[in-house]
Amino acid sequence: MSKNSEFVKFDKVDKSYDGKVLVVKDLNLDISEGEFITMLGPSGSGKTTCLMMLAGFETPTNGEIYLDSNPISNIPPHKRGIGMVFQNYALFPHMTVYENLAFPLKVRKIAKDEIDKKVDKALSMVSLTGFENRMPGQLSGGQQQRVAVARALVFDPAVVLMDEPLGALDKNLRESMQYEIKHIHESIGVTVVYVTHDQGEALTMSNRIAVFNDGKVQQLSSPDKLYEEPVNSFVAEFIGENNTFQGEVSDISNGKCKVKLKEGEIVANPINVKSKGDKTTVSIRPERALINPTKKLDNNYKGKIEEIIYHGDHTRVRLNVLGNSEFILKVPNSSQNLDIKLGNIIDISWNSADARALDPK
Amino acid sequence: MSSETNKILTTDGIPLEESLKKAEKKNKIKAFLLVAPLLLFLIITYVFPIGDMLFRSVDDRMVTNMLPKTFKAMEKWDGKELPDEEVFEAFYFDYKKLVEEKTFGKLATQLNYEKNGFKSILKKLKRKMKKFEEGNYKEQIMGVHKRWANVEYWRALKRRTPAYTYSKYLKGVDMYENEDGKIVQVPEDRRVHKILWVRTIEVAFFVTVLCFLMAYPIAHLLATLPMKYSNLLMICVLLPFWTSLLVRTASWMILLQQQGIVNDFFVWIGLVSDDNRPEMMYNKTGTYVAMTQILLPFMVLPLYSVMKTISPSLMRAGKSLGGTPFVAFWKVYFPLTIPGIGAGCLLVFILAIGYYITPALVGGASGTLISNQIAYHMKSTLDWSFASAMGLMLLTGVLVIYWIYNKLVGVDNIKLG
Repeated sequence: MSKNSEFVKFDKVDKSYDGKVLVVKDLNLDISEGEFITMLGPSGSGKTTCLMMLAGFETPTNGEIYLDSNPISNIPPHKRGIGMVFQNYALFPHMTVYENLAFPLKVRKIAKDEIDKKVDKALSMVSLTGFENRMPGQLSGGQQQRVAVARALVFDPAVVLMDEPLGALDKNLRESMQYEIKHIHESIGVTVVYVTHDQGEALTMSNRIAVFNDGKVQQLSSPDKLYEEPVNSFVAEFIGENNTFQGEVSDISNGKCKVKLKEGEIVANPINVKSKGDKTTVSIRPERALINPTKKLDNNYKGKIEEIIYHGDHTRVRLNVLGNSEFILKVPNSSQNLDIKLGNIIDISWNSADARALDPK
Repeated sequence: MSSETNKILTTDGIPLEESLKKAEKKNKIKAFLLVAPLLLFLIITYVFPIGDMLFRSVDDRMVTNMLPKTFKAMEKWDGKELPDEEVFEAFYFDYKKLVEEKTFGKLATQLNYEKNGFKSILKKLKRKMKKFEEGNYKEQIMGVHKRWANVEYWRALKRRTPAYTYSKYLKGVDMYENEDGKIVQVPEDRRVHKILWVRTIEVAFFVTVLCFLMAYPIAHLLATLPMKYSNLLMICVLLPFWTSLLVRTASWMILLQQQGIVNDFFVWIGLVSDDNRPEMMYNKTGTYVAMTQILLPFMVLPLYSVMKTISPSLMRAGKSLGGTPFVAFWKVYFPLTIPGIGAGCLLVFILAIGYYITPALVGGASGTLISNQIAYHMKSTLDWSFASAMGLMLLTGVLVIYWIYNKLVGVDNIKLG
């Protein structure tokens, strides 16, 4: 069975609430069947609005959404057959866990023994067998979360939407739930559209991530590409840590460019710059800059240590390099003996391919 | 020994329990002193009057004490035919004493409650009594007025023998204890209270239903509208609430009377002809309309406070799981509003069942309720014990409803705000 690569399709979707501001601008997004796609972005970036349009609680102002090639703008939410996990779980507080899970099956007029089977299966999937007769109020946050996931999956929907489902959980629980949801997705192969503002969550769980900002998808790619190869400075800034230099392209040739800064010049990888004279932001991940490298790299500078912050598994070092005093380095906490002391001047280097010359801020 | 050694001691060596009690004692006293004025106030203004009312409704010692000899003589009387000379004689001396003490009026009033016409024959007896000769009082008293020869009056008198009586309660439901000591209904043409009870319950019930039907959408709107509109709507709901009850009732009178605004409008749109204006006031319609409007906020507020706490994502969840909007409402939203419905209905029903001013002003003859009857006996007939009895019956009714509600929904589920 070939998977439909346009299982969910946003086609030129615009959305405005007040007729003045577009919350979502010309959104084009294809989601393939069985994919785990995350919409990531700061609050107010339009990601939840997209989810609500897909669920049917908001209608697109313009454009169309297709589910399995059928336009769904005129289909009410209850006929779309899309499962949804809400931010605060939205479990029905007056129903037991069993009744919560049986609700979508009962409204579909499924036979009682079939319901029992499906509820059992869904509960064992989230390892909550035996909790059938509890009320949601008697469950912990993590358990409620699992019930909500089970309820969204119990009626075998083609697509499951999750709206920041882990936002209310504490850090440890959130991490274990991330794996759990990922495993459930892998084992049943349902298409998941996940909304979060937590980049760590997005990176661990997704097949692809759509980074939203200002109503637009800034970049849609796999987690590793998103992190390693951000296409613009917003993505570079939003995902992970980032050292930046503002400058102007002074030369561009052979897939490399020279960027002139206020103090000095660096060699970078031209991504969003086309010609000499373009303004640019050069972005370097902290872990890509090395101290006293053994290999010879094409960017070598000296930096003065301004601050050292101990983080357990690694140490963060703030340097002043090329006039940028916010340059962060991550030094793994190994037995390797580096001369990291406040005020020391050290050699640092990076590969020009890791210094991405993006659009200016 | 072992239990003593196990006792947890504070650092000073005092047992922990004792120390805790000591520490909390002060707080307890403070707390009690704070509520003491209210407690006292409640006892004086609530517990005592209710107790007094209960006592008054069964207390019949006044008549018993006024005619001690008569009642003693009546003990042997079987109540079938006219009592014999002994009773008449005892009654003569009892009554003579009352006349001398000038307290016979009270007796006349009390006996008149028991049987109409007693007052006039007692007055006549008082006038004629001065010329009575000694002996053969039966003949002489019977000669004063023919009613004295009617056994009914003597039976009525005998009914007042016991010091404590539940006859007022029987009267409240149009019953009485007849000569044979059986409890029977009063003649059909005199059954007024039963109609009033039924009407009171009926009006309270339908007013509650009407309030519920109107308040539910309003409360839902209030709970879901954006703040700036919901505040305005809230003021619209509360504004009448802040207006005097009398003013509101009076404004309904202006609206509903035959030459009133509503009727004018009906005539204007051609719904009714000018010479055939419907009567919307001084009957049950007026009572329904005015009471529903006045009691509406008592339904809206508890419903609103409950609906406000229901997350809108619950309805969305219901819909996304495949429930039609109606199913999502009925299975998810509605059950969650039951505490508010319970509180609102209980509040409105209890208020409606004892409502007084509105039915008195717009109810007319066919729209008055039991509370108007109670007021009538308090103010006009001065039969306070009967008014007390009916008041207590009303109170009991409310308590029974409360009890049923508690069994069905549970009082813990009430949410007033």
